Amino acid sequence: MDIFIQQLINGLIVGSIYALIALGYTMVYGIMQLINFAHGEIVMIGAMVTITCINLLLDLGVQLPGPLLLLAGLLMAIPVSMLLGFTIERVAYRPLRRAPRLAPLITAIGLSIVLQQLAMLIWGRNYRPFPSILPTKVHDFYGAAITDLQIAIFILAFLLMGGLFFLIERTKLGRAMRATSQNPDVAGLMGVNINTVISMTFVIGSALGAVAGVMVAANYDQAHAYMGFMIGLKAFTAAVLGGIGNLAGAVVGGILLGLIESLGSGYLGDLTGGFLGSNYKDIFAFVVLIAVLIFRPSGLMGERVAERA
Amino acid sequence: MSEALLQVKDLKVAYGGIHAVKGIDLEINQGELVALIGANGAGKTTTLKTLVGMIKPAGGEIRFDGQPTARLAPYHYVSRGLVLVPEGRGVFPRLSVAENLLMGAHVRNDKADIAHDMERVYHLFPRLKERQAQLAGTLSGGEQQMLAIGRAIMSRPKLLLLDEPSMGLAPIIVQKIFEIIRMIAAEGVTMLLVEQNAKLALETANRGYVMESGRITLADSAASLLANEAIQKAYLGE
Ligand SMILES: Nc1ncnc2c1ncn2[C@@H]1O[C@H](COP(=O)(O)OP(=O)(O)OP(=O)(O)O)[C@@H](O)[C@H]1O
Ligand SMILES: [Mg+2]
Repeated sequence: MDIFIQQLINGLIVGSIYALIALGYTMVYGIMQLINFAHGEIVMIGAMVTITCINLLLDLGVQLPGPLLLLAGLLMAIPVSMLLGFTIERVAYRPLRRAPRLAPLITAIGLSIVLQQLAMLIWGRNYRPFPSILPTKVHDFYGAAITDLQIAIFILAFLLMGGLFFLIERTKLGRAMRATSQNPDVAGLMGVNINTVISMTFVIGSALGAVAGVMVAANYDQAHAYMGFMIGLKAFTAAVLGGIGNLAGAVVGGILLGLIESLGSGYLGDLTGGFLGSNYKDIFAFVVLIAVLIFRPSGLMGERVAERA
Repeated sequence: MSEALLQVKDLKVAYGGIHAVKGIDLEINQGELVALIGANGAGKTTTLKTLVGMIKPAGGEIRFDGQPTARLAPYHYVSRGLVLVPEGRGVFPRLSVAENLLMGAHVRNDKADIAHDMERVYHLFPRLKERQAQLAGTLSGGEQQMLAIGRAIMSRPKLLLLDEPSMGLAPIIVQKIFEIIRMIAAEGVTMLLVEQNAKLALETANRGYVMESGRITLADSAASLLANEAIQKAYLGE
C-alpha cells in the first residue's frame, strides 16, 4: 500500500513540474500555433544558471541558509531565461511569422540543438550535482516518505499556476493575450500591440520554465546540458494530452502524465515479469503521446487543433 | 473651410500583382454618414482595411484628422480615433460579451468613463446586457453584429468604419442594426458604411460613393444616387 502512496506522491510532484513547463508550450501554441521546441532548453538553462549561481555564492563563502541561497540562484536564473525566451522569439520566430508553418518548426528544433551545444560549451558534458544546501528532512505520510523540498515544489508550482491563471483571466494583459490568440487581426484593430503580447507570452512562459528547471534539478539532485530534451518532450506530451493551446489542459495533462509515469514505472517490473525495470519509466510519456495523437489528437480538453493545421 | 476629417487621395492598394484599389479619392466630413456601395470584389473591404492600417497602400495619400496615417503601426489607429467593424464581425468567440466590449476600450485608461460607455452600449443594445457574461461565440449572428458595433463604440471613435453590417442577417435583424446605426449617427459619430444592401445604405446615409472594380465611379448625395437610373438598375434591383 505504501508503495502506491509513494508513487502517487512522486507522481504529483513530478506532474506539477511537467504542468509548469507544459504551460509554456501551450501558451505559445495558443497565441501563434507554434511548438517552441527550444522551451526545454530554457528550462535547462534555468537549472544550470541557478546551480552556477549557488556554487559561486558558496565559493565566495557567503553564509546564508540554503533556501535563501536557492532564492538567490532563482532570482538570477529567472531573468536569464526570460531574456532568452524574449530573444528567441525576436530573433528566430518573428521573422518567420508569415512563413509556412514548417519553417518556424524546423527553426525551433534547430534552436534547441544550438542551445544544448552552447550549454555544453559553458557547463561541460557532465552531470552537475545540485548543491546540498537544502534540508533533507523526511516526513512520513501514510507510510510513504515526502521531503520538505517536495512539499515546497508542489506548493510553489500551484501558486505559480494560480498566479498565471489570475494574470490570463483577470488582467488587461491577459485579456489582450486571449483576444490575440483568438483573432490577432482584430486584436490589432482594438489597439493591441501583437508583438508585445507575443513577447510577453514567451517571457512569462520562460520564467515558469526557469523555476521548473530548478525544481527538476533540486528534485533529482542534478542537472545537465541535455536535460531539456527529455523534460521538454515530456512537458510537450503533457500539453498535447491536455489539449495544446488550453491552459487548464496543460495542468491536467502535466499532473496526469506525472501520475501515469510514476505509478506505471513503480509497477513496470511486476507488469513485465522483471523484464523492464523502473529505469524504463520514460517510455510512458511516449506511449501516452502516441496514444493521444492516434485516438484524440485534440487532447482531453482541447480545441479544434486539427482544423487549424 | 476646415479640412475634412478623412481625406483620401489617389489611393492604390495591391495584393501582390492584383490591383484591388486603383487610385480612389474619398472625403468624409465631421458628422457625416457616408455609404460606399459596389458589387462583389469591387474593393470596398480592401479600402476599409487600408484606412485602418491592416493593409499598407501601394500609393496615394490618406490624411485623418489633419495628419497622414500611412506609416502608423496597425495598433495606433484606434487611439487616433479610427476603428473598423470588420466584415464577418470578428468578435472574440471565447471572450465574454463584456470582455469583448472591454477590448474595444483597450487603449483607454479612464476606468470610470469606460464603465459609463459600457452602460451606454448596453442601453443601445439591451440584448448584450442580458448576455454580458456569455461567450461571444454562442451569440446569434445579429447579436454578434451588435457586439462588434458596441465594441467599436467603446473606443470612442472619431470615424467608425462598418463593413457590411447586414451580411448574413435576417431582414428583421438588418432593420434593427440600421436603426442602431442611425441612432449612433444621431449622437454625432462620423461613419463610413460599406454595404451590399445599397438601397438601405443610401436611405440611411447623407452621401454615397459607388465603387466598381477598384475605382470610384460616382460620388453624390444619397438622395441623388437613389434617384439615379443607372444606380437603380445596377444596385437597387429596380
Ligand atoms: N487577401 C487577398 N489576396 C489577394 N486578392 C485579394 C485579397 N483580398 C481581396 N482580394 C481581391 O481584391 C479585390 C477586392 O476585394 P475586396 O474584398 O476588397 O472586395 P469587396 O468590395 O469588399 O467585395 P465583397 O462585396 O465581396 O466583400 C477582389 O478582386 C479580391 O479577389
Ligand atoms: Mg467586402
